[in-house]
Amino acid sequence: MLKFIIRRSLWLIPVLLMVSIVTFTAMKLVPGGPFTREKPLPPKIRANLEAKYHLDEPAWKQYLRYLWNLLHFDLGPSYKYYGRTINDVMFGGGWPKCAACVSAQLGLIAVFVALGIGIPLGIISALKQNTWIDYLCMFFSMLGVSIPNFVLGLFLIWIFAVRLGWLPVARWGSPSQVVLPSITLGTHGAALIARLTRASMLEVIRQDYIRTARAKGLRERAVIVGHALKNALIPVTTVVGPLMAAWMTGSFLVEHVFAIPGIGKFFITSVTDRDYTLIMGTIMFYAVFLVVMNILVDISYAFLDPRIRLYEG
Amino acid sequence: MAVRERAVSRALELELRRPSVSLWRDAWNRLAKNKMAMLGLAFVILVALAAVLAPWVAPYHYKDTDFKNARKPPSREHIMGTDKLGRDVFSRIIWGAQVSVTVAVVGSLTALVIGLTYGSISGYFGGRIDNYMMRFVDVMYAFPTLLFIILIMVVLGPGLINVFIGIGAVGWMRMARLVRGQFLSLKEKEFVEAARMVGVKPIGIIARHLLPNSLGPIIVALTLGVPGLILTESVLSFIGLGVPPPFPSWGQMISEGWRGMKATPHLTIFPGLAISLFMLAFNFLGDGLRDALDPMMRGVS
Repeated sequence: MLKFIIRRSLWLIPVLLMVSIVTFTAMKLVPGGPFTREKPLPPKIRANLEAKYHLDEPAWKQYLRYLWNLLHFDLGPSYKYYGRTINDVMFGGGWPKCAACVSAQLGLIAVFVALGIGIPLGIISALKQNTWIDYLCMFFSMLGVSIPNFVLGLFLIWIFAVRLGWLPVARWGSPSQVVLPSITLGTHGAALIARLTRASMLEVIRQDYIRTARAKGLRERAVIVGHALKNALIPVTTVVGPLMAAWMTGSFLVEHVFAIPGIGKFFITSVTDRDYTLIMGTIMFYAVFLVVMNILVDISYAFLDPRIRLYEG
Repeated sequence: MAVRERAVSRALELELRRPSVSLWRDAWNRLAKNKMAMLGLAFVILVALAAVLAPWVAPYHYKDTDFKNARKPPSREHIMGTDKLGRDVFSRIIWGAQVSVTVAVVGSLTALVIGLTYGSISGYFGGRIDNYMMRFVDVMYAFPTLLFIILIMVVLGPGLINVFIGIGAVGWMRMARLVRGQFLSLKEKEFVEAARMVGVKPIGIIARHLLPNSLGPIIVALTLGVPGLILTESVLSFIGLGVPPPFPSWGQMISEGWRGMKATPHLTIFPGLAISLFMLAFNFLGDGLRDALDPMMRGVS
């Protein structure tokens, strides 16, 4: 098991190297630099700025410098927010106000929304297979999978904030401001999880051991909760990890739509501002998150299903 | 297991009693019975027709401005209202379908061509080549897809061609994995062994034996991949990296309209509905195709 964990964790290295190389190369290819203005800066000031941020060095040297700083958890200075580092932009202000913290809060609540709605919906659908309840649940989950989150967010704002006036339109902080963005971000996951739970539940309740459990006189509730659910949820765990990362990365649209001061907001502005280090910082952050999630899922999967370890050695 | 065995033997019995039909005919019959999938297919065809015939079916041109009637809610002349320049929203949605449909077609084709080539080389030859090729895909897979496309778009600048490049750079990986998996399992089968024995060249084996037998899963994956493509384009256009104005795309229309949602909600709601319904239709169609082409999955998923 330990060997498996170590081997999976080592996988982090080539992935992050690759991500950093691709991101760095892309940023170097971008037309226009962080100091390109409509009114050009005097050449001397420009040269000074470039020297300050080591932009006058050859690209490979800049890359190595970036990598070296990265190893020290230093994401470098922001080109846009003068005098601030990326670390400051992303983590400044501390819990719970910092940009990364806000994004994490939103993401976590959305995960709970997704699990809390998706799993029960999937179970009900499976138990009532081919009834109108099942069809209704599956129709809604198909809808949830299909609506892009920024569109859903705008629809929800229109209905609940503009028309009904029940909830605030935007920003982050008070409990009432949390409701719409978390539902927006969680819906897609809830829908996917509902579909998956249903499919794997249907598969499980046809197994012999479920029949045995019923035959020995267990109540239906105990059969479902005690025997079926545990095994039915294994495939669900595998998708939750990567999905979580996907929601986190997708959350920049939700943050954009609801004007939430998270990393996502910085990601969008950094793209238009050509703030190289901030773009790289956000992408690296998301990539690390994604890879770590995948590794955690693999490990938890190996715990849940001993057969996996057998194959992977 | 006994239940399943009985079901299988019953299915075989029914199978023997049926007149023989080809695999595709059979799949089509199954698909035709799936109401939601057929509804999806109908909607997809409708949107595709609207896109192709846009110059003739749209009541107005997408550029036609009418400043006196700007920001008007839906009315008889403009069934979905007008935007800030007085352009007809309904007509712009029809023209915008061209973008979504093109993205769906071109994106799928790119994914197919690159993914198929990559996956078949990897899957057919196996061994060390396969190992290296798949490790590369694994590494690329760890990249946050949408951010990667955005990164590419930042480098290349907005524009439909660049959207294709961005989507193409990412979309092939899933297909490559799928094709490789299919080929790996198929090439051990006796009929492939037999073909190899009588001296069929690798390209022949791939084209005549492996590919036709993988067609079902490939079609399903392509269909289910389309909503992702449409989503990507709309996201890019929404954040201003996609199709540049004045040519409309659904995402771009939302991006122009959403800040005025209080006064002019129709500018957001109609394009939003267009994206959602188109994706919904493809999802239903893809789901139906999967059930139709993969009889083993029937009743389970």
